[in-house]
Amino acid sequence: MALKIVATAAQKRFPTRNGWMTAIERFDLEVEEGEFVCVVGPSGCGKSTFLRILAGLDHVTGGDVHIVPGPDPTQPLNNVVFQEYAVFPWKTVLDNVAFGLEMRGIPRAERYRRARRWITKVGLTRFEDYFPSQLSGGMKQRVSIARALTNDPQVLLMDEPLGALDAQTRTVLQEELLTIWEETRKTVVYITHSIEEAVFLADRVVIMTAHPGTVKSEFRVDLPRPRDLSTMATPAFAALTGAVWEALRDEVTRAMAEQA
Amino acid sequence: MSTAPGDRRRPSAARGRRGAGLPGWLVPAVVLALIVASSQVFFEAWQRAWLVFAGVAFVCLVLVVQEIEPRVPIRYRGLYGKVLALGFPLLLLTMWEWLSTSGVLNARWFPPPSQIAVALWELTVTYDRFNRTSLIGRPWLVPERLASEGWAGVAALARESHVWATLSRVAFGFVLGATPGVVIGMVMGLNRTVRMMLDATMSAFYVLPKIAIFPILMLVFANPFGEGPKIAVVAISAFFLVAISTMAGVQGIDKVYLEAGRNFGANRWQMFRHVILPAALPIVFSGLRLALGTALIVIVAVEFVRADRGVGFLIFYNWQVLVTPRMYAALVVVMALGVLLTTILQWIERRVMPWRRSPEG
Ligand SMILES: Nc1ncnc2c1ncn2[C@@H]1O[C@H](COP(=O)(O)OP(=O)(O)OP(=O)(O)O)[C@@H](O)[C@H]1O
Ligand SMILES: [Mg+2]
Repeated sequence: MALKIVATAAQKRFPTRNGWMTAIERFDLEVEEGEFVCVVGPSGCGKSTFLRILAGLDHVTGGDVHIVPGPDPTQPLNNVVFQEYAVFPWKTVLDNVAFGLEMRGIPRAERYRRARRWITKVGLTRFEDYFPSQLSGGMKQRVSIARALTNDPQVLLMDEPLGALDAQTRTVLQEELLTIWEETRKTVVYITHSIEEAVFLADRVVIMTAHPGTVKSEFRVDLPRPRDLSTMATPAFAALTGAVWEALRDEVTRAMAEQA
Repeated sequence: MSTAPGDRRRPSAARGRRGAGLPGWLVPAVVLALIVASSQVFFEAWQRAWLVFAGVAFVCLVLVVQEIEPRVPIRYRGLYGKVLALGFPLLLLTMWEWLSTSGVLNARWFPPPSQIAVALWELTVTYDRFNRTSLIGRPWLVPERLASEGWAGVAALARESHVWATLSRVAFGFVLGATPGVVIGMVMGLNRTVRMMLDATMSAFYVLPKIAIFPILMLVFANPFGEGPKIAVVAISAFFLVAISTMAGVQGIDKVYLEAGRNFGANRWQMFRHVILPAALPIVFSGLRLALGTALIVIVAVEFVRADRGVGFLIFYNWQVLVTPRMYAALVVVMALGVLLTTILQWIERRVMPWRRSPEG
């Protein structure tokens, strides 16, 4: 399998009033084409920072992070589903979802056709003329996901996309995400703080340490696909989440002790 | 003997409680207030303590109306709100009318609303031969003038109108000031260097009362008494307000929208057109609203000082000749102009920002 994302000894430091603050350091990660990788780690360990660098919204201060470009130069490298949705309040659902295509100069009829396909997939057909202020949080995040998928990027980057949603909506969207991913088989880097979510979705779970953020350990998730809610009831699932939690617990305790 | 009044009082108090469900003390309190209000004592105390009486009366009124509200069927609640919103000012006007016709208020300085209404009507239909002006330019003469003098005649009618004079000064000045204000504000919001160079200067001019530079403008323009300086002072007032709030609007844009725009490949122009401009619009419009209000203040002040037509002139002229009902009528016209201009701006705002409409719209 070809490598799609390569991070070698990545380092990111922020200048602050009392010197440099190291967000991530000696960060190594390789993601294969078509792989679904979940990153979990204590709050403030640098998950978002890494994702922003990957998205090209920020730069490393050392080492290297890059996405290996695919054969088609017109296909965008990556798109982000933001932690705070970042759906444009001034555009309708349809125009939000078609935004990436509009920026690439694709004619209206064509971009609406492609956008509608994804709007249907995330179940918002009835709402395509609505503005985000008329939608619930879960619906806004569906718009954000559809906006990224319509742009058909080589890599999909998701930063706690379901973090702000209630438990039921979350579960529904997790399943929807899985269905969509199993269809598209895109390379995905998915940040979450829920271990269950990580194990449920991912091919591989990467655990990050805090201060400075590095990769602590990795777990391969061999649960068979397609997965659904019943997967969560299997002993294999319980064993994996248990193991991930074991590995993460020290980190969380340490991070909390540092903050205290 | 002594028990009789007590017996009579008790059932009446009980009836008060049962009948309307008002708090027991409220009815006697209102009755007491009415007695006090109508008594001679009240009339003498009026001079000194009218504010206290007005306050007490207002509180009583609010309490009574609050008791009525839950009894109004849900269906009529909207109507009820409108009746309150219209009824209360009407009540105040009626009281004003009563106070100034009965002589409690000096009718010379506070003419009754009925007189003001008459004055407003007179101003509308008559032509002031001395000043060679009319309030709205006698539109009923338009067909006649068009036949006799052509469009020049119609323009002459417009030129004699106070409302037209004020409205055109505000409109021209506002557009001439707000347009560069938005542009400069955008540039200041987007470019740090320009912002650092201009911010302090702009803030200094911002706090300067714009009417203070009117004399300078009169020196600058070839005709100091013409329309030039008047329009310019309105434009300058609008400019600084709009520029500063536009800058604040651009700077206050949530970073996550800019990042989303970049992540989806927007180039510089697309970024401006699809992200920065719409994201800043709400604040830009609140700046425009402020600027419009200020423009009206400034133009009235300028017309006080130096104008031979315009609503400000009308107020000031009627103060000089001591025709107070007409002075008040002119004030009413200023209020109406303010409402008209604000409504137009709100209409544009809803047009430009459809996403800010109510969910059903
Ligand atoms: N622009 C910045 N300037 C200074 N420090 C920053 C900046 N951005 C992030 N940091 C710091 O870097 C660290 C990592 O932040 P990051 O947002 O990546 O954490 P996270 O793992 O995504 O946390 P969470 O799970 O709460 O979202 C934090 O300690 C944060 O304070
Ligand atoms: Mg984060």
